[in-house]
Amino acid sequence: MELRGRAHCFGNDVNTDYIISGKYKFKTLDMKELAQHVMEDLDPDFARKVQPGDFVVAGRNFGCGSSREQAPLALLNAGVGAVLAQSFARIFYRNAINTGLPVVVCDTSSIRSGDELVVNLERGVLKNLTQGTETPIKPLPPFMLKILADGGLVEHFRKYGTFNLE
Amino acid sequence: MGKTIAEKILSRKSGRDAYANDIVVADVDFRMGQDGTAPLAIRSFEKMNGESVFDPERVAFVIDHSAPSPLEGVSALHSLMRRFAKEKGITLYDVGEGVCHQLLPEKGHVGPGSLVIGADSHTCTYGALNAFATGVGSTDLAAALISGKMWFKVPETIKFICHGRLPKGVYSKDLILYLISQVTADGATYMAAEYTGEAICALSVEGRFTISNMAIEMGAKVGLMEADDKVWEWVRSHGSGEFEAVSPDPDASYAAVKEYDVSNLEPYVAKPHRVDNGVPVGEVKGTPIQQAVLGTCTNGRLEDLAVAARILHQRRVHPGVRLIVAPASRKVYLEAMETGVLQTLVRAGAAVVTPGCGPCVGTHNGIPSDGENVISTANRNFKGRMANNKAFIYLASPATVAASAVRGEITDPREFLE
Repeated sequence: MELRGRAHCFGNDVNTDYIISGKYKFKTLDMKELAQHVMEDLDPDFARKVQPGDFVVAGRNFGCGSSREQAPLALLNAGVGAVLAQSFARIFYRNAINTGLPVVVCDTSSIRSGDELVVNLERGVLKNLTQGTETPIKPLPPFMLKILADGGLVEHFRKYGTFNLE
Repeated sequence: MGKTIAEKILSRKSGRDAYANDIVVADVDFRMGQDGTAPLAIRSFEKMNGESVFDPERVAFVIDHSAPSPLEGVSALHSLMRRFAKEKGITLYDVGEGVCHQLLPEKGHVGPGSLVIGADSHTCTYGALNAFATGVGSTDLAAALISGKMWFKVPETIKFICHGRLPKGVYSKDLILYLISQVTADGATYMAAEYTGEAICALSVEGRFTISNMAIEMGAKVGLMEADDKVWEWVRSHGSGEFEAVSPDPDASYAAVKEYDVSNLEPYVAKPHRVDNGVPVGEVKGTPIQQAVLGTCTNGRLEDLAVAARILHQRRVHPGVRLIVAPASRKVYLEAMETGVLQTLVRAGAAVVTPGCGPCVGTHNGIPSDGENVISTANRNFKGRMANNKAFIYLASPATVAASAVRGEITDPREFLE
């Protein structure tokens, strides 16, 4: 799975309230509507600026906080192609895999907003085309790659009717 | 090789000899969704071509996050939950019953040794009852509704040993705010926390819930404790389920063991906008506040309301402060009425709202205005958490919240506890 996009950089501890505030998520199941408010407490222009396939790039502990799956879904519906961070909070990480949003653990410290990036999940490598550098990424466990390759847990269950992770 | 509590429960439920970092698919004993997460789970369930729910008697939906509904859109989501629950034979706790994390233990759905998932991050609360209880998203819940199972990465464990006794005026909330400030907001990411030691054993079960509730705020998957006599007494008086407790082996392997002597701990306050920004109350004493919130799944139990009532007895909430009180459940509400606790709070000037999550999660029932300071017994003070990103949230114990409500500024509760 090779992904290509432009970086939008954020800091450490981007929590689920910042990704999509609780005040929106209770009103609707329309993820397109939620996507208009994604990251707005950190960057009010984000939803307008983000192009299909762009990457959210962050520091440590991305997605800490709530179990709300609206967080990865709002990112996906805003067009975000993957999230790259030094570490992820565990519920967000699961939710991202389950909803089909690629999450990449790697050293993001040298990435700048606007950099053109290419991620290869199987080969475990991140290329920064703007800076001409290559960084290894922590490979995903095979069963997570399988769920992602299926398009998320919904599609996995549609295919197998239960967990088929062996 | 010896096992931790987490390794033992996941081994038992997966039928495998599992250790940290193994991936297992395990049978889940109880599944929960609330109104912020269940509607999406229903949608995922339908997309997965789910028809019936596996063992519907071991599922509960709780309408607590936005209850009673403040908006037409929310009402539609509540209707969807009610319809689905009725169709599939799932227990539904509707408006006014209480907060999910109070109801699951209170109604006897969880107990020692059980494996519980809830589509809410603070599901880790029931770890105080020796349950491996963890928060998941809606699609995980949907998969578990269909199959009765979920996949888990068996977590490594950090052991927290708390020596000594908490001094007067210092509560379990102060202890957990202190521990989180020590290990930071991601210090236990992907791990299980095991809490033990004299200070933990001395706490009531209610006090222990507060500690396990906030395990997620250090990144942990669960916040586990052993089941002692107090836990068994609590469990037996709240239901009749069959449970089997789990203790860690003496030779279990831990990622880290952290020891603290808490006998000189002071009341702690987490400053905006991070839960790990905890400081002794003296450092923020005198900060003016406009709103005080007493309740939430962290500190909305009778014990918490009673501590606040002791301070508010024959006193008045400062005229510049709104004190909002949300009992954790209908049962707590009734007990607080019967014991006179609620009367004391209302006389002092408190506004009591329906048992639920509204003010904590920013859906309704107490959204602060721009530039206002809030002191709350909740578990999160993220910017925008209470639906206004220009407000400032401080987290503290019920005693500190009550004392601060009286003075109109952050106050050391020990000044009221002679």
